[in-house]
Amino acid sequence: MKMITALVRPSKVDAVKSALVALDIVGMTVSDVRGFGRQKGQVERYRGNEFTVEFLLKSKILVVVDDAKVETAIQAITEAARTGEIGDGKIFVNSVETAIRIRTGDRGDSAL
Amino acid sequence: MAFVPLVSGGFTPLTVFDRWRRRFLAGVQDPQLRRSAFVMIGIAAGLAPLMAGAAHAALPKAVNDGADTLLMLIGSALVLLMTPGLAFFYGGFTRSKNVLNTMMMSFFLMGLIGVLWVVIGYSLAFDSGFKSPFIGGLGAMWMNGVGGEFGDAPLADGFNLSASSFALFQGMFAIITPALISGAIVERVSFKAWFWFCLIWSLLIYSPMAKMVWGGGFLGPFGSIGAIDFAGGTVVHIASGVAALVAAAIIGERSTWPNSKRPPHNVPFILLGAGLLWFGWFGFNGASMFAAKTAGYPFLTTTTSASAGLLAWCLIEWFKDGKPTAVGAATGAVAGLVGITPAAGFVYIPQSILIGALTALACFIAVQIKAAIKFDDSLDTFMVHGVGGTVGALLTGILAAKSLVSADYFPLSAKIMEEGGNAGLFIAQLKAVLFTYGFVGLGTALILWFLKLFMPLRVNVNDEERGLDFVAHGEEAYDPMTN
Repeated sequence: MKMITALVRPSKVDAVKSALVALDIVGMTVSDVRGFGRQKGQVERYRGNEFTVEFLLKSKILVVVDDAKVETAIQAITEAARTGEIGDGKIFVNSVETAIRIRTGDRGDSAL
Repeated sequence: MAFVPLVSGGFTPLTVFDRWRRRFLAGVQDPQLRRSAFVMIGIAAGLAPLMAGAAHAALPKAVNDGADTLLMLIGSALVLLMTPGLAFFYGGFTRSKNVLNTMMMSFFLMGLIGVLWVVIGYSLAFDSGFKSPFIGGLGAMWMNGVGGEFGDAPLADGFNLSASSFALFQGMFAIITPALISGAIVERVSFKAWFWFCLIWSLLIYSPMAKMVWGGGFLGPFGSIGAIDFAGGTVVHIASGVAALVAAAIIGERSTWPNSKRPPHNVPFILLGAGLLWFGWFGFNGASMFAAKTAGYPFLTTTTSASAGLLAWCLIEWFKDGKPTAVGAATGAVAGLVGITPAAGFVYIPQSILIGALTALACFIAVQIKAAIKFDDSLDTFMVHGVGGTVGALLTGILAAKSLVSADYFPLSAKIMEEGGNAGLFIAQLKAVLFTYGFVGLGTALILWFLKLFMPLRVNVNDEERGLDFVAHGEEAYDPMTN
């Protein structure tokens, strides 16, 4: 069982969601985050005062999948979120010990 | 540049303008110089009547009633507030990355049209220098001669209010009308194209429309059609609605439409905006009575119609979907206000409730149709202002009370009602509506096609994705790092 953390452009969240649902991967958590990688920040001006905003808005997508689906899920996210420009984001993969569905107490893959 | 001898030689400002334009263009071939020549000619055209001095005849002396003039001044302030109100109303509907750009499309016009109106817009709408039923003249540029030496000279046509307060009041209408158009094309239009569009549209479409309806021109009660429009059903609402429809069609849909559209980012903004619009509409309709003593009726009909529109929209939703919505309440109120605008001073209270409810119903149906055919009039400008204005203008013909359409101020319309009753007036209203659709629709399309030769009308897809607040203004509305 693996947890996939994808940091993507906010405008690509819908595309990623559709791509994962098409693979029958249901259930994800999305949050607004700010951060930076290779992409430079942006300069904003308010009444003549300049502000360099280093942290740009991204979306963090969390999905947990069973081991068999990890590669296809990564591929789907990569294809859906890519524009080819700097700032497309990153994907991280962790191992997950177990998962528990609160309502039933199910454990392991059946809880996903 | 010496204009004085030319002007005192008996030329009208227009011929002076034309002569200098030709002289300049004959000598100037370099494109950069040519461009600056255009700017200089523009400035020169503005200055000519100032230097002419006696270009505008003194207005005849009549009684200036303090209360009537005060009504206009209060009305002007109220109508001005509608523009930031509209900015909030529209801003609430968009994505948070586009809210500043959306609000600027309205707010900015308080600067652009505010200046344009006193320089030339008012003159094109309400001067009579060209002796044309379609456009005014150049004699009142820079407010030349408007209101006399102390700004207290009354209007020439029998209203007891100062000409300066009238010009101010009309200026507020000129500001909000193009602002209304923005709703159909937000989240994708380039701000530069918007700037030029508003400037040209205001001069070539708005001012002639105001002349034709209110300035003694073609469509109005002193012209050929005899339609009545109390506070701008055709001039403001149908005109902005039709322009919005055409602009949305030419500029095209948002890249996210219709598959990944988002709900409004701030519904409280929408309610705030609708509330400010309602408040300002008292000035819009009420002060259009031009007489303080009798302004009670248009004030009343305005608010009863808005109430009826709000109620009707919510009840329809309640029956149809099981829940009345806040956005629906705001939209219904605005629909009711749009509907009563052409009728406010011509109907009694029961009729105003009927107009509010019927307009809300018509707009509700129009919005459903828009959603079904997936046309990206983003914030329903045509569906509310175009459809609502049309329904209001036609209902004005059907429901206007003969006693309220006085022969002194509306001679041709009163005659039409005498001969053909409300059916006759309905035909006149229908003609005016159809004329407005044709004139504004074609004019708007021509302006946009012309602008397209010089600049892209919309931003590219990447900028659209990034959000127009940063792309067009270098700002963001909400900084998530602040806490």
